[in-house]
Amino acid sequence: MKNKLFEKYFVFSPYFWLVLFFFIPLAIIFKISISVSEWGMPPYQDIFLFDNGFKINTTFENYVYIFSDYYYIGSFVNSLILALISTFFCLLIGFPLAFYIATSNIRLRNILLVLVVIPFWSSFLLRVYAWKIILQNNGILNVILLNLGITSEPLQLLYNQYAVIMGIVYTYLPLMILPLYGYLNKFDLNLIEASKDLGLNRIKTFYKVILPLSVPGIVAGSLLVFIPVVGEFIIPEMLGGSDRLYYGKILWEEFFVNRNWPGASALAFSGIIILVLPIVIFQILYSRWSQKNEI
Amino acid sequence: MKSSLIKSTVIFLGLFFLYFPILVLIFYSFNENKRVMVWKGFSLRWYNELFNNEQIIEAFIISIKIAALSATFATILGVMIGYSLVRIRKIPFKSFYIFLSSTPLVLPELILGLSMLLFFISLNNVIGFPSSRGQLTIFISHVTFCIAFVAIIIQARLTDFNKNIEEAAMDLGYNYTKVLYKITLPIILPSIIAGWLLAFTISLDDLVVASFTTGPGANTLPIVVFSKVRLGLSPEVNALSAILMFALIIIGLFYFYFNKKFKH
Repeated sequence: MKNKLFEKYFVFSPYFWLVLFFFIPLAIIFKISISVSEWGMPPYQDIFLFDNGFKINTTFENYVYIFSDYYYIGSFVNSLILALISTFFCLLIGFPLAFYIATSNIRLRNILLVLVVIPFWSSFLLRVYAWKIILQNNGILNVILLNLGITSEPLQLLYNQYAVIMGIVYTYLPLMILPLYGYLNKFDLNLIEASKDLGLNRIKTFYKVILPLSVPGIVAGSLLVFIPVVGEFIIPEMLGGSDRLYYGKILWEEFFVNRNWPGASALAFSGIIILVLPIVIFQILYSRWSQKNEI
Repeated sequence: MKSSLIKSTVIFLGLFFLYFPILVLIFYSFNENKRVMVWKGFSLRWYNELFNNEQIIEAFIISIKIAALSATFATILGVMIGYSLVRIRKIPFKSFYIFLSSTPLVLPELILGLSMLLFFISLNNVIGFPSSRGQLTIFISHVTFCIAFVAIIIQARLTDFNKNIEEAAMDLGYNYTKVLYKITLPIILPSIIAGWLLAFTISLDDLVVASFTTGPGANTLPIVVFSKVRLGLSPEVNALSAILMFALIIIGLFYFYFNKKFKH
């Protein structure tokens, strides 16, 4: 009997916290996203009205509003493209790095892994700021380019979409390397030797052996980079210019500048549905599946 | 060997890419000049100014306080989740439980911050609390999204470790609670410490969620730093960066030490 009480305490304390401070806030976003906006504080009407009998006062106007305006859709598409390009470059840099770390001997492997992940522990904001210094007009990169004679005058490297991609690839790279390494580390490297012994050349070995075996790592790493990048606000704000608007910035301004709470909530809720829900469902199915196979 | 040369080159370039910006930042923190980009000579001037900057010092203290408290709460709740998911069979609405404990990992911070802010405003309209936002609301938000990170570490650790030890102790007459406190928790202690360190760092580093849930008297360090460097460069922030990066890297090394401890 005592065990039961104890189990309940363990299950329900965090359950209570997360329902109250995570699930209800998400529900509130949804509620406000279907509320009728008005001038005032708070800038929306209640969804339940009791003045003349009970009436439900909801609208999908906010969703229609954001999905019919190119300003919002365009910036969301910009964010998706940005996330796609950044994920690609993270993979391009991260894969060989993860592969060579995984094929090093054990002592070196652990040291290299720590070296790769440690920058991730230092402040995110400050790592972005570091790129602001590097990419300045009189910054170190321009000095190098000038001295090498590649360019005759300083290039405008900062405040455009390329600087944003640079900053994102830099800050999110460890998130790509870790899961890649995790999966590459698991498989038997003798397979590579075996495929070479069987006469496959390097390129074929890569496509037929290494790549298929690392697909789960590629998927995990890509998701870890792609999703947060779509909602990224700080990096475009610090390194980006006015050439491109992104989802994060639009959401921020809709709330803080335009004070359109229902509109901002509709943007946020659409973001959850489009981005997060597919992954959560995948995760729940996967954990059920792995549990079943374990038993 | 040709292939080992390629291998060393790739690893060297990768590490260079990761560390170069950090080194540049530290290098410029010793620049005497007020104009960050023009080198004038080695000096500790900006470190001196940093330690006399009350705004930054105050923000630093607030951040440490919030981070320590929210890491502690998040660790307690995260351990409970990790334990429940691995060891307790009957969890009502288990899929919902998994949803709640893993979604904060992938939810963009901006959406999380907005939902917390709207929640606190609505709560205030209904029960009159919290009447203003500040350190308490940042603390609650940080606990909420740090729980998931701790839970995932504990879950991995508990899945690894041998259930037989717990069962043996039960056979020897230990009850459920005693097994937990005398056997299970001591064994996973390194992971609990690792989880706390991770939560502490995440809270200390958070800008977006804190910006949404902050209020008067609760300017955390990232909020102050962001306001200083959003539009330009700041020599004081350079000095702060060098110190902070050094401190955080040390914390990171401790994390690895504790998290790997049991794997041998």
